[in-house]
Amino acid sequence: MALRALANGKTLGRLYHQQIRGLQTFSLPDLAYDYGALEPAISGEIMQLHHQKHHQTYITNYNKALEQLDDAIAKGDASTAVKLQSAIKFNGGGHVNHSIFWKNLAPTREGGGEPPHGSLGWAIDQHYGSMEKLIAKMNAEGAAVQGSGWVWLAVDKELKRLVVETTANQDPLVTKGASLVPLVGIDVWEHAYYLQYKNVRPDYLNNIWKVINWKYASEVYAKECP
Amino acid sequence: MVMASITSHLTSPFLSTPEFCRLSQSLHRSLRQRRCIRKSVPGTISASIDLKPPPYALNALEPHMSAETLEYHWGKHHRGYVNNLNKQIEGTELDEMSLESIISASYNKGDILPAFNNAAQVWNHEFFWESMKPGGGGKPSGELLELINRDFGSFEGLIHEFKLAAITQFGSGWTWLVYKEHKLDIPNARNPRPSEQDKKLVVVKSPNAVNPLVWEYHPLLTLDVWEHAYYLDFENRRTDYISTFLNKLVSWETVSSRLEAAKVLVAEREREMEEIDAIDDMDTIEPEDTDMYFGSDADDFADDDE
Repeated sequence: MALRALANGKTLGRLYHQQIRGLQTFSLPDLAYDYGALEPAISGEIMQLHHQKHHQTYITNYNKALEQLDDAIAKGDASTAVKLQSAIKFNGGGHVNHSIFWKNLAPTREGGGEPPHGSLGWAIDQHYGSMEKLIAKMNAEGAAVQGSGWVWLAVDKELKRLVVETTANQDPLVTKGASLVPLVGIDVWEHAYYLQYKNVRPDYLNNIWKVINWKYASEVYAKECP
Repeated sequence: MVMASITSHLTSPFLSTPEFCRLSQSLHRSLRQRRCIRKSVPGTISASIDLKPPPYALNALEPHMSAETLEYHWGKHHRGYVNNLNKQIEGTELDEMSLESIISASYNKGDILPAFNNAAQVWNHEFFWESMKPGGGGKPSGELLELINRDFGSFEGLIHEFKLAAITQFGSGWTWLVYKEHKLDIPNARNPRPSEQDKKLVVVKSPNAVNPLVWEYHPLLTLDVWEHAYYLDFENRRTDYISTFLNKLVSWETVSSRLEAAKVLVAEREREMEEIDAIDDMDTIEPEDTDMYFGSDADDFADDDE
């Protein structure tokens, strides 16, 4: 990434400027596993497209919108600043959501699909009765999302309670509640499953649980509810 | 809140106008919807929205839109909307209504009812298949082209706006070319001096299942930008899909005939409005009629204070 910047003097100049002004831009995070490592639950083809094309596009457009916003703010151009909000919410949300998503997944041989022990497992049983019941609820809500969106298992850090919630498009979870912290998010945009599952979103939802990384979810939960 | 505005109109000629009929119809509809319980009568004919096939074979749009895409898009997605809609409306008031009436009733002025998504998506997909043809693309002609030049500057201007709308529809949705008849975006507004200039071609975009019928526009052309519409053929490359649609698939003849039909409909409605206005004028109270309010003996109401 740095090498590419050096090669393009113009980019370097702009980056330098932004560093001076303190504008932080973003880059694509690496996955902790190979694209094919989540098969057969999610195909390598989907993982590669999802990561290298979709997530990257959100990042590229988010950076662009941030630059434009930075300019507009510096110039005192309020109407441009306001006009950019939807692009920021959409692309920034896309970056935030997908960054969480990659951490929510793990190959089976690295613990993917293994239910949480410890405090999160206990909280799930307490609140939902059992893991099966939680999964059934999340699958139902995920299948019912009209168009594009996400289904989340979250913890309300104020109330110390588990919550199942959905968001539309790339709205981050906080748009549904400022105290909601995402534990597990499942992308139900068609791009997340179409090449493999076509229109049968419920099959995708049934299968993704085999590669859900409960270790990460447990860590986040333990931090919010020590 | 609706009742207040109705009572204020009860003593006026408003009662005879189509607006009142529409208002009372929509009030009836919303009252009925609240009582929308399933009445399953044995022997009822089950709900009858059809899965209409595209006006061409499923492989006829190759290589621009694959047969595989059509098989899933029409054969699974569109079929799913039809089947689910029929299940939802069977035995309810929505059963036996036309598709457009179901859409209007379930849109419920924005307070969307469950049948809306399926009903609107059925309509949208039918409209989409018919917007395309094998060997499509090229340029429009005749009156359509004239209006395009007038409202977009040029054909390229339209293409630019259409592409922009299609690419900036965040999430799922549709891009439309519509014929807009009202000057104001208020459906019941009446333009006292309607002119051809008020009626414009406009590009609009809509999310998920929403379509411009609910805004009382006249749709002329649509492009499905849900990911399922292009993912098998183009993966994430929506821009390429949009260009291919415009260059190789769109049926400008269909758009032209839809424009014709829209203009006829608009003209009919304007004639109706004129007739209603004429009747209204006749009902206006003339000064001589004050007798009916004050009686022939104005002295009866003289002041008694002396």
